Amino acid sequence: MRIRWLLWGFYEVENNIIEIKSLSKTFHGQTVLNNINLNIKNGEFLTILGPSGCGKTTLLRLLSGLELADSGQIFFKNQDITHWPPQQREIKTVFQSFALFPHMTVFDNVAFGLKIKKLAKNVIEKRVDAALKMVKLESLANRKPSQLSGGQQQRVAIARAVVNQPAILLLDEPLSALDYQLRKNMQFELKSLQQQLGITFILVTHDQEEALTMADRIVVMKDGNIEQVGTPRQIYEEPNNVYIAKFVGQANIFDVTVLEANQHNVVVSLENRTFLLTNKKGFNKGDKALLLLRPEDLHVLGSNEVNDSGMMIPAKVEQFIYKGSTVDLILRSASGQKISATEFFDEDDEKLEYAIGESVLIEWVPGWEVLLPYEE
Amino acid sequence: MRNDRFFKLFSISLLSLWLVIFALIPLLSTLGLSFLSVDDNHFFKWPLTLANYGQVLDPLFLHIISRSLYMSIFTTLICLLLAYPFAYILAQLPAGVKPFLLCLMIIPFWTSSIIRIYAIMALIKTRGILNTVLLHVGIIHQPLHLLFTQYAVFIGLVYNLLPYMILPIYTNIDKLDKRLIDAARDLGANRLTIFLKILLPITLPGILAGVILVFLPTMTLFFIPDLLGGAQSMLLGNLINVQMLTLRNWPLGCATSMVLTCLMFVFLGLQHYIQQHSSSTGKQAAGQR
Repeated sequence: MRIRWLLWGFYEVENNIIEIKSLSKTFHGQTVLNNINLNIKNGEFLTILGPSGCGKTTLLRLLSGLELADSGQIFFKNQDITHWPPQQREIKTVFQSFALFPHMTVFDNVAFGLKIKKLAKNVIEKRVDAALKMVKLESLANRKPSQLSGGQQQRVAIARAVVNQPAILLLDEPLSALDYQLRKNMQFELKSLQQQLGITFILVTHDQEEALTMADRIVVMKDGNIEQVGTPRQIYEEPNNVYIAKFVGQANIFDVTVLEANQHNVVVSLENRTFLLTNKKGFNKGDKALLLLRPEDLHVLGSNEVNDSGMMIPAKVEQFIYKGSTVDLILRSASGQKISATEFFDEDDEKLEYAIGESVLIEWVPGWEVLLPYEE
Repeated sequence: MRNDRFFKLFSISLLSLWLVIFALIPLLSTLGLSFLSVDDNHFFKWPLTLANYGQVLDPLFLHIISRSLYMSIFTTLICLLLAYPFAYILAQLPAGVKPFLLCLMIIPFWTSSIIRIYAIMALIKTRGILNTVLLHVGIIHQPLHLLFTQYAVFIGLVYNLLPYMILPIYTNIDKLDKRLIDAARDLGANRLTIFLKILLPITLPGILAGVILVFLPTMTLFFIPDLLGGAQSMLLGNLINVQMLTLRNWPLGCATSMVLTCLMFVFLGLQHYIQQHSSSTGKQAAGQR
């Protein structure tokens, strides 16, 4: 009995460092978080993705203890920490635009948390030096934040949180204040830092590319609700709804009607043609549905290149945009629907030349499409 | 381009001229006058003398100067203690309410300060509104004798100068990034630590500005001690007033004024020094001024 309990405890600690149960929060009568349930695994890089006002930052503040929940519970290593103040939590935050203390040197900023814990001076020095070395800022310890570049400030903010050896690091839009190139570099640095430290990172962002690049798992939020939780691949390739599909990348969306359906396959009508697709979501005959196709999954062929145009959508080229590594096409189907397609240069088609007004046929690899229940 | 340069030259020389006529010349003539001898018929006469400064160092004068300093320090301290929490709370209020409250604070200052001091007299005199209310409610059983005491002078000075302390501190707290407080809490700081280690150092420029704005005028607002304090409570301002207007001893009045000017320079220098050595925000704020 006892061994089982121990094993169970071990299992739980190993797997879920945070369990969020029916968490809700309202501000001035407005629901910001609505009955959130989420388990966060120990050591994972979790990204909370959503537009501004979706409640993602509030969720982060509830985890850090800067706000307290109206209802629901947060468990940290099986301990109910819902009402704990921030200083008791092994959770530290890297704030948006860094929130470095402007009147303190880099060293004093990083040492702030350790001084509050009243650690010995030599211990503080050792740990601050190690943290600054980790973020490659050991030479700038005596500078003030205003004397640092955005990227350096970002590193100080990370060091200031990490030096307290938290079990979880929360990052609130940490890269939004940086320019494009620096953001790209920091994405990889954050990812490798997380792997090096082996602690849980929870990063909040509205940037889907950032989420896809860094996360082990992504939580997509909208209006205080969790829309989907999954790996970047699941979120991108099998979105639960049109909102997620549109938020995470581009998508062409077609209204279709299910003509025939069985357990494995459906036949849908689209542009007066029939298409045989896999039936992953249990559609029935007569259902209305939405067919989702990613631009880069579409293959655009000239009419004369094709013998059998079954399972292809006929269209005309409206715009041709050369982007260096790819070519973006804006196409218009016979029924008037706009379709975006991204074509890659490869050995099949090195030139990728399309004339404006040219009649083309669009195909995709069967199974790469997403069929979703109809919504307005 | 040429027009532009002309305008620059014109505006700068206009400003310089203004400063020379209304600041530099009066200051220099005060300084010069302070070294001349008193004359009953002509305000002043030759020869040059240091006698005026000798008189300023007279124990009686030194007593007034030190009392002025003491009054100023206390007034500034009370203003600071009242203004800081006030400014802090004001800065936390919703953006729609702030301008309204700031306006309420400033509106009384559109009336003459002498009138406001008479109003205070009406409030605190033995049979005034304050005593009537307090007696009626039963908090006190004997009327308070406030008027013509040092307390009345304090009340008058603090009332008159409080906004000059609130405004610079409010500006500093208001522009403070609230995430700094969050960050400090996140790193484990309690309220006291946040106040001492974050809020206070960052708002120091505002505090210093407020201190300067309150400390120096306290010594010169001679009508407040005159009206509220009665005969005994002379400050540096009153002394200058008496020397210039009652005794008609201009050289001595000028010498006393120079003491005040020197004090002002000392405090401005001190403020500059603290800002240079406190923080980068302090440097920025000093640069803005």
